[in-house]
Amino acid sequence: MSTQVHTPLYEVFVRSKRGLDHKHVGSLHAEGPEQALEYARDCYTRRSEGVSIWVVKSGDITCSQEEDAASFYDPMEDKPYRHATHYVLPDSIKNM
Amino acid sequence: MNDTESKIGEYTLQFSIDLGDDSLMLGQRLTEWCRNAPMLEEDLAISNVALDFLGRANMYYEYAVELAKTTDGDFRNQSVDDIAYLRDSRAYRNLLIFEMPIGDFAYTMTRQLIVDLFNVEYFALLSGSCDLDLAAIAAKTLKESKYHLRRSHEWTLRLGDGTEESHLRMQNAVDELWGYTPELFEMTEAELGLLPAGISVDRAQLFDTWDARISQILSEATLDHPPGDWQVTGGRAGIHTEHHGHLLSELQYLQRAYPGLNW
Repeated sequence: MSTQVHTPLYEVFVRSKRGLDHKHVGSLHAEGPEQALEYARDCYTRRSEGVSIWVVKSGDITCSQEEDAASFYDPMEDKPYRHATHYVLPDSIKNM
Repeated sequence: MNDTESKIGEYTLQFSIDLGDDSLMLGQRLTEWCRNAPMLEEDLAISNVALDFLGRANMYYEYAVELAKTTDGDFRNQSVDDIAYLRDSRAYRNLLIFEMPIGDFAYTMTRQLIVDLFNVEYFALLSGSCDLDLAAIAAKTLKESKYHLRRSHEWTLRLGDGTEESHLRMQNAVDELWGYTPELFEMTEAELGLLPAGISVDRAQLFDTWDARISQILSEATLDHPPGDWQVTGGRAGIHTEHHGHLLSELQYLQRAYPGLNW
C-alpha cells in the first residue's frame, strides 16, 4: 500500500545583476530547500537573469485575500498627507 | 617549425580531440534525458548539464581546427562539424565510460559522480596548463564541473540512502560502472609527450584523491565500494564498446542524411 508523498511547491525570487530587489519569477517543485535552490538556478537563471536566488516554500507565504481588498486598501485613497509629495529629494538619495 | 615544436603541435591536437570526444559523447548521452527525465525541473537541469558538455566539445574542436592548420595530419581542412559528426567509430578516441548508455536515473547519476569528481580535480590542474587556450577552456570547465558535482553528489546520497529500490539500483550502477573508471587515469602517448612542456596533466596522480573522495561519498550513501577486480580499456585506441555504434547512428544521422546542413 503506497502513500502519495507530496513534493512541496516553492516560490522563486531572483535579483538581477543591476537590480536592488528580488523579483518573483515563478515556482517549482522540489524535495527540500537545497534542491529547490538548485532547480531555481537551473530553471530560472539559464539566461543570466540573476545573481541571487531566494526560494520560499509556497506554504510559508501568507497572502492577503481578494475579499479583504476594500477594508485593506480603500482607506488610504483619501489620505494624501501620508505621501511626502512636497519634498524634493536630492538625486543621491533618490532610491530611498 | 622545428621537430620538437611540430611534435608538441601534433600532440596538442590529439589531446584536444581526445578531450573533445569525451565531452561530445557524454553530452550526447545526457541529451537522451531531455523530455524523459523523472520530473520537469530535473529535465531542465540535466539538459543544462548536457549543454555544458556539448559546449565544451565545441571549444575543443574549434581549437583542434586551429591547430590542424599547421599539421599534415588527419584533421587538416576539416570543420568542427566534420570532426564532430563524420568520423567512423574507430576514429573517435573518447574514454569508454562516456559512451555507456544512460541506463536508469541511478546509472546516469553514478556515472556523473564518477566523472564529476574526476573533472573537478583534473580541470583544476589543467587550468594551469602552459597552453593558454587549453587553460582557458579548463577554467570554464572547472566552474561547470563544480556545479555538476553538487548535483551528482546529492543524488547519490538521496538515491543510495533512499528506498530499497533506489539503493539497489544505485549499487547495481556502481558495480556495473566500476571497471570503466581506471581508464580515466591512463595517459596517452600525446599526454605523456606534453607533460614536460607543462601542457597536459598527470592523470595517474589524481587516483588517490579521487578514490578517497568517492569512497567517502559511497559510504555516506550506504553503498559498497566495489573490489575493482575487473577493468576495461580501449577508448583512446578507438576500440569502443557495442554501444558506440548506436550512439553514433543518432549523433551522425542529420549530417549524414543532409550533408553540409547548418542553422
